[in-house]
Amino acid sequence: MGQTITEKILAAHSGRDEVRPGQFVAARLDLMLGNDVTAPLAIEEFRKIGAAGLAEPARVVLVADHGTPNKDIKAAEQCRVMREFAREHDLEHFYDVGRAGIEHALLPEEGLVAPGECIIGADSHTCTYGALGAFATGVGSTDLASAMATGECWLRAPETVKVVYRGERKRWVGGKDLILYTIGRIGVAGAVYQALELCGEAIEALPMADRLTMCNMAIEAGAKNGIIAPDAVTEAFMNSVTSRPYRAVVGDPDAAYARTLEIDCSQIELQVALPHLPENARPVGEVREVSIDQSLIGSCTNGRIEDLRMAAEILRGRKVHPDVRLIVIPATPRVHLQAIEEGLAEVFLRAGGALSTPTCGPCLGLHMGVLAKGERAVATTNRNFVGRMGHPESEVYLAGPAVAAASAVLGRIGGPEELS
Amino acid sequence: MSELRGRAHRYGDNVNTDVIIPARYLTTSDVDELAAHCMEDLDPEFVRKVRPGDMIVGGENFGCGSSREHAPLALKGAGVSCVIAQSFARIFFRNAINIGLPTLVCPEAAAEIRDGHEVSVNLAAGLIEDATTSRTYRAEPFPEFLSEIIAAGGLVAYTKARLGKT
Repeated sequence: MGQTITEKILAAHSGRDEVRPGQFVAARLDLMLGNDVTAPLAIEEFRKIGAAGLAEPARVVLVADHGTPNKDIKAAEQCRVMREFAREHDLEHFYDVGRAGIEHALLPEEGLVAPGECIIGADSHTCTYGALGAFATGVGSTDLASAMATGECWLRAPETVKVVYRGERKRWVGGKDLILYTIGRIGVAGAVYQALELCGEAIEALPMADRLTMCNMAIEAGAKNGIIAPDAVTEAFMNSVTSRPYRAVVGDPDAAYARTLEIDCSQIELQVALPHLPENARPVGEVREVSIDQSLIGSCTNGRIEDLRMAAEILRGRKVHPDVRLIVIPATPRVHLQAIEEGLAEVFLRAGGALSTPTCGPCLGLHMGVLAKGERAVATTNRNFVGRMGHPESEVYLAGPAVAAASAVLGRIGGPEELS
Repeated sequence: MSELRGRAHRYGDNVNTDVIIPARYLTTSDVDELAAHCMEDLDPEFVRKVRPGDMIVGGENFGCGSSREHAPLALKGAGVSCVIAQSFARIFFRNAINIGLPTLVCPEAAAEIRDGHEVSVNLAAGLIEDATTSRTYRAEPFPEFLSEIIAAGGLVAYTKARLGKT
């Protein structure tokens, strides 16, 4: 019997011809990632292990993106721990403020992730890189510590759930809407411990930015990883970011799947996930009279240049509603610069929005847009759990950039078609 | 040995790591500081109620969301001796194994043990006893590979031993 992409990548990284779901492997890692929230703890644990040094220093990536630019003294101390560790080990891939972007937008842009690779990150949204045909999964700080010491990580090979997307997307509907719709169908525990393999003609037609958005949220269905078979879109993206070699892996036609789900994209409207779970997805037209205090466009889910272009298309020549704070956060310095060069920054500022330097800040309620008690936000982020963006009695509605931009103008949740 | 005793604190499905330890407290990895805010956004009374040895009983997908190891650390720091759930989110599960917070997958126990019940757990045997109802349950056994990490006392000790051997 054949193997899925996920099984093949895990086999290739553990010196086996094949792996089967449920099997435990010690996988050789191509890359291991930490950030200013998870790396300090990993560094502490790494020191406890007492390893002579990093097993693979060139494969360690540390990014200061969560509480940065340092939100307070404690956050500054966390970053200092990471910075000193990076200097001590002469790390090639340490990204500090100014060079740092939101990790899951930054790493693909830097050419650090490639098809066929096996990647762990001490951040749950590490699954983003599956969009490039890599096996990538989130782990904890101690896992990162052990990986830094050994170059390996223990993994249990997951079963794979195949989701086949057919049909053409409607106007404005993007990767975010497809994945919110999918999570709405299968639930936040719909793919726990499983690989979510996204395929079908609608995925083949999907730009890389939207693919990254979709795989980014695989974790919101409980999945171990999201993955898309590398194709011409992947190759074109890789050629645009790096010239280093990689080995693309595709699944066998007779691979076994735990189950297969079919989704007709032509029926999918712009989606909004209501508080307090990403599975509460509804067509935007069904979310009526929900006023908002804040609209956030950014994050590892939707802070890429394509997202900002879509938002700017809607905001050009319009004004943000007087009762709404619009916050736009380009995910990386490169996206920030592009937003300036393409005139998008001017669109956001003239509309009355705030444009920030790259940071994860508001998505997890750290800084740069924390919500007060009773406040409500529409956000292009990935989680709407209780208290996620601030006060436990605040609310987050998840959506794509089109809905977030239109809602900022409307003062309530709505789509771009509602704007005059 | 490995007999845990405490009262049950029962919560529902999809208890996420943002409520176990809100991100606003993630600027530290000090266990006592994390423990002081454990479960704050789900049950503000939790840290006042919890006593050493107490147990969390959760539903489906316990610990979903962020990869923050601060979540199992906060629970452990607050005195929680183990978590019994219908199922666990995978990153929380591995984090708990790695730091030595016992997790027990047992849908029947998770469904039946009520808030405040006196519970004892024999980890080696995977037996859960609800002393309040006198019912006993058997948790799913750990795969052999994970048992090795647990027996070593967590991933740091396991890795240390492995590196020492090679």
